[in-house]
Amino acid sequence: MDESSTRVGTIAAMPVDIDIAKVARLARLALSDEELEMYGAQLGDILEHAERVQSLPTEGVAPTSHPLPMVNAFREDVARESLEPASFLSEAPDVKDGQFRVPRILG
Amino acid sequence: MGDLADLTILDAGDGLRAGDFSSADLLEAVTRRASVTEAHLHAYLTLDHEGAAQAAEAADASFAKGEDRGLLQGIPIALKDNMCTRGIETTASSRILDGWKPPYDATVVTRLREAGAVITGKTNLDEFAMGSSTENSAYGPTRNPWNTDKVPGGSSGGSAVTTAVGSAFGSLGSDTGGSVRQPAALTGVVGMKPTYGVVSRYGLIAFASSLDQIGPFSRSVADSVAMLDVISGFDPRDATSINAPVPNFGGSLDRGVAGLKIGVVTEFMGEGIDPQVITATRAMADRLAGAGAEVVEATLPSVEYALSAYYLIAPAECSSNLARFDGIRFGHRTQVEGTTEEMMAHTRAEGFGPEVIRRILLGTYALSAGYYDAFYGQAQKVRTLVRNDFTAAYGHVDVLISPTTPTTAFSVGEKAADPIAMYYSDLCTIPSNLAGDPAISVPIGLDDAGLPVGFQVMAPSLGEEVMYQVAAEVERLAGFTERALLATSTVVAP
Repeated sequence: MDESSTRVGTIAAMPVDIDIAKVARLARLALSDEELEMYGAQLGDILEHAERVQSLPTEGVAPTSHPLPMVNAFREDVARESLEPASFLSEAPDVKDGQFRVPRILG
Repeated sequence: MGDLADLTILDAGDGLRAGDFSSADLLEAVTRRASVTEAHLHAYLTLDHEGAAQAAEAADASFAKGEDRGLLQGIPIALKDNMCTRGIETTASSRILDGWKPPYDATVVTRLREAGAVITGKTNLDEFAMGSSTENSAYGPTRNPWNTDKVPGGSSGGSAVTTAVGSAFGSLGSDTGGSVRQPAALTGVVGMKPTYGVVSRYGLIAFASSLDQIGPFSRSVADSVAMLDVISGFDPRDATSINAPVPNFGGSLDRGVAGLKIGVVTEFMGEGIDPQVITATRAMADRLAGAGAEVVEATLPSVEYALSAYYLIAPAECSSNLARFDGIRFGHRTQVEGTTEEMMAHTRAEGFGPEVIRRILLGTYALSAGYYDAFYGQAQKVRTLVRNDFTAAYGHVDVLISPTTPTTAFSVGEKAADPIAMYYSDLCTIPSNLAGDPAISVPIGLDDAGLPVGFQVMAPSLGEEVMYQVAAEVERLAGFTERALLATSTVVAP
């Protein structure tokens, strides 16, 4: 536990710039003020740790987004059976006339 | 002979083919075992009694007609509950998917069904596979059968436990940063992560798409091969599936290790690793040398940054993948009135648990304008450096070995309040996910507290054959036959 208290100590010394309310808005998460405060603090902790990656010299290193050399995966353009709409519409929270129904879009 | 539920897949298959017992008998054995162990362990979320009985009956009918679709025919297998099963509830242990019945099967499920396997049910996991202890489940934690005060590891803790106690003969998990190998190590079974692209991800509920791979849990290395043989291979429904014939995974199981060059990863044999785990790992390395391998030190200088890179890359991909849970097409929708955007935000806040919310926020931040280069971009470059380290190491060794986990099973609740301490339990497993390489955990013994120790064998991309070759020798040398108390037929309630 010593290690984690040291870690908490260093966070105060190295504030990470997070507008947690904005991040939650971008992520479409309706969080309470208490939750925002808690997650904001935890994110600061994790990001402080993650900042270690910035200490590694990476000049001229290409980023890897994927373990395989990715190329477009083509398939033959042939018709095939797809799911019956009823099979997934029955799992939706709200459906009308064979379509997903959502609340109003504008506030 | 002991209880049928304790047989390996291959031994059970021999018995089926000899007519000693039926698939229905095997199903009854694992169901009876589950009826004893589940109250203590909570490995299953759903038991599909009806579907399993039908599949067992079909397998027995096939045997009677002389039809044989291979080593999994008639064998009861459990699935992690993040793999879609048509008409059977699939929750990923999240409230946001409570009650969801997928309209289709994941490709691995189709492959198992086509091979005549009997799917017993769906197992518990950390919500959306995010976690290392199976404590982050909306439906309650899974416990470790070796000591129910301990976690089974995660995120595929439920699957690991079914195989460990014989409530299934084998099971499937998914491994994004160690979620098959780490729980395998903590519960004393074999757990394997294939080369990225060897097993289709179609129908696996996505967490971090460039890292996720489905892999088998089993009670022997040969069983692991039998399962991988069935679930692997090109799938046109997964654009990242490797379009090439699969290697002969089990081709060298009996060859031993004479003439192989094996590298012990220096970085995983010191600070941060439990001394007992290091001692057990070193002892096995020495025995591999005794069996004829050339054992050398190998170094992966960038792996100390791998954990940090992983905890930027995986949340970034998760924040994107989990955007689909918006209360519109499936799963939970909030009762809070408002616009569609407000509905989404309340649905997500109500439906996701704390670890998932934490990672979505982290990923959203790491991908947001102004921070992308500093965090996500830099993490991707570190990923390249980790891959380069592996490439360099495999220039002079055939496989790498290390502990699977820094410690044996930790206590329930011990790391729940400290996300970073929890993340450290994936220290030794994450690099293989970043590289896309295959790796396996094999149990090699018990520590002083009677908890299993896992030994990891890593191999280059598509190097499953040599990985299994070494794993089989480790299994022979370890002779690990101990079973958890809760795996024995005469269970005494703890």
